Amino acid sequence: MGTFDFLLQGLLVAAQPMNLLYALIGVTLGTAVGVLPGIGPALTVALLLPVTYKLDPGGSLIMFAGIYYGGMYGGSTTSILLNTPGESSSIVTALEGNKMARAGRGGPALATAAIGSFVAGLIATLALAFIAPYIVKLALVFGPREYFALMVLAFVTVSSAFGDSTLRGLTSLFVGLTLACIGIDQLTGQTRLSFGVPDLLDGIEVTTLAVAMFAIGETLFIAAQGDRGPDKVEAVRGSVWMSAMDWARSWKPWLRGTFIGFPIGAMPAGGAEIGTFLSYAAEKRLTKHPEEFGNGAIEGVAGPEAANNASAAGTLVPLLTLGLPTTATAAIMLAGFQQYGLQPGPLLFATNPQLVWGLIASLLIANFMLLVLNLPLIGLWVRLLTIPKPWLYAGILLFATLGTIGANPSVFELGMLLAFGLLGYVMRVFGYPIAPVVVGLILGPLAEQQLRRALSISQGDITVLFTSPIAAVLLVIAALALIVPLILRARGRGEVLAQLAASED
Amino acid sequence: MKHFFLASILAGALALPAYAADYTIIAPANPGGGWDQTARSLQTVMQQEGISGNVQVQNVPGAGGTIGLAQFASQQKGNPNALLVGGYVMVGAILTNNSPVTLKDVEPIARLTGEYEAIVVPAASEIKTMADLVAALKKDPGSVSWAGGSAGGTDHIAVGLIAKAAGVDPTKINYIAYSGGGEALAAILGSQVTAGISGYGEFESQVKAGTLRLLAVSSAERIPGIDAPTLKESGVDVVVENWRMVAAAPGLTDEQKAAVSADIEKLAKSAGWQEVLKTKGWQDTYLAGDAFKEQLTKDIAATETVLKDIGLVK
Repeated sequence: MGTFDFLLQGLLVAAQPMNLLYALIGVTLGTAVGVLPGIGPALTVALLLPVTYKLDPGGSLIMFAGIYYGGMYGGSTTSILLNTPGESSSIVTALEGNKMARAGRGGPALATAAIGSFVAGLIATLALAFIAPYIVKLALVFGPREYFALMVLAFVTVSSAFGDSTLRGLTSLFVGLTLACIGIDQLTGQTRLSFGVPDLLDGIEVTTLAVAMFAIGETLFIAAQGDRGPDKVEAVRGSVWMSAMDWARSWKPWLRGTFIGFPIGAMPAGGAEIGTFLSYAAEKRLTKHPEEFGNGAIEGVAGPEAANNASAAGTLVPLLTLGLPTTATAAIMLAGFQQYGLQPGPLLFATNPQLVWGLIASLLIANFMLLVLNLPLIGLWVRLLTIPKPWLYAGILLFATLGTIGANPSVFELGMLLAFGLLGYVMRVFGYPIAPVVVGLILGPLAEQQLRRALSISQGDITVLFTSPIAAVLLVIAALALIVPLILRARGRGEVLAQLAASED
Repeated sequence: MKHFFLASILAGALALPAYAADYTIIAPANPGGGWDQTARSLQTVMQQEGISGNVQVQNVPGAGGTIGLAQFASQQKGNPNALLVGGYVMVGAILTNNSPVTLKDVEPIARLTGEYEAIVVPAASEIKTMADLVAALKKDPGSVSWAGGSAGGTDHIAVGLIAKAAGVDPTKINYIAYSGGGEALAAILGSQVTAGISGYGEFESQVKAGTLRLLAVSSAERIPGIDAPTLKESGVDVVVENWRMVAAAPGLTDEQKAAVSADIEKLAKSAGWQEVLKTKGWQDTYLAGDAFKEQLTKDIAATETVLKDIGLVK
């Protein structure tokens, strides 16, 4: 039987009424937990694992797949409407999405996120079905030096993409990098910047920082402005649905986001966030409406949302082909497999094709269900914005605090939430962008560890960073991304100067 | 009648906590590694055998488990429903990291399993036998990079011992620490490093699929069902066993300790657990109570000597 026959057979399994019901329960739960900051799909699957013990393997894995995809969908909703990212992979969505929501375009922002996630999920799931074995070979070529080059590229593109002032962007980034140093160093086990506080030994939680900087900082900022603040947020301006223009501006970012997110998700040390950063940077560079970036550009929502869903499918590649879980959710799904005596790994596709294809087919079904579930809800969601401001922001505070406590019930964590909220407020007041802080916290440790591993393997020989073809190409792209805008700017100024000179004649 | 009804509900409510505690198990490593597998196997068997109705596993990765240990000791103090999976790796990591929190700050309940180290190379590697690897190591210790778990853990200690047994200066070894066996596996499969070292279970499916070549195992005798010589047979006089244990939170009353110990003993004797040991290739090394604590003290002292010998602890 060929791949296609297996997939059809899988679809038949997944389309049985009971399995459809499991999928529906999964996506509904997943969306709900995705909306809550701190409580992610991993925790939900872990909670449900014992419950599903009595179910057949197919049914429970289908439900897990639904939760996994649902969480990716749900995370974007609060990012866009409340500027409170539910998951670390939807941090970038908040940048443009929330600006859109405040300009009365919350509907199209949610719609492009939902449809973009669907498109990306569809393509990436099909890619998982057909090219997983090849992708995983490519992913394994990535060693420490290649990862380091990828991080350099992410740093360069991301830091130039945020805000208007490069200096301010870099300042924020370095605040993030400093925060990233806190805790036990993974390679030597030495503690850094923890000042003897045990709670700091495991570093700073990304979601805590993100929720604090975005939600708490924002709330303080609005509260400090009092009545002098900008006019009331317009809940809906124009249609709740996407206009023809929105479609035209969204479809390319969806596809680009998918092709950026899927391979990065498939890498054993990739993760969903890096794909969203790169996608955002790419869209900002390629857009025909650069003036809208920072003020609510639809491309900045469409691309990263597609990227995070594509990487969700991507993480299943190493799970199914190597038995290597690269995210917490994937790890718990691995436990789900083991519960039924199945060992994901190189032999799984050969020994249990029905189950693998049932899972892939159910991902397709979950994806479709999410679209059906989410689109009609958009009209309801945007009404959140019509809530009077004091109530809305009080609600956001409550929500952010509950989410943080839910994820880690510790007083210290709550104190950090407030401290970082204050930091976010101060940075807003002085006009520093806040996203690079979070980016620094996520990318900093990855870049550092990979660099040190690469140098350790090469016994301190720095040239090793440039001699691998993939690393070299990535570094050249990074260098171009840094230099080309400088040259363009210099040339642009030259032309302007030339024009000025000419007009004086 | 009404009173009887109320009384029975009350009695039921009182009896309930004694019957089935909900456990939270902290796996102080990334998902996919040995401690994670141990924690998840505990979860499955505890529920299957009715020892506990609801068991959750939480991963707190990093630094040989000392991050998870520190968090466990501080956050779960006095909580009779929290368990920590740990093991020999933690003993080494506490010493090398100079960790402020040690195993004295938790309540070790029982040693559960043991696993031997496996030394593997990618299938395409030029190194065919353990002797080849030792020869390369003797020629230039730095050129042989080893991927394994946290710095100072069993994997790291084993590499140091191998170097020492081969007559190579153990301080010269080039060991690349990953936060877990899973992450190290990707680096080995991608030929990023010369060799990999970790528990056999973490490499098993890859060895069977022929993508990794198993050079040797660190047991004293050949292990049935595993087609590889021991290190001793390969001329390297080293035996390393990576045992795993379960600990309870500090600050428990004697009754609470006894209840947890009873649950763990029931688990260790259950058919479900024996089945897990068989499928995972783990040895049953169940040892509880004071006997275990005594053994633990000995292990800590011995490990300190080894780590000093190989220059990991000054």
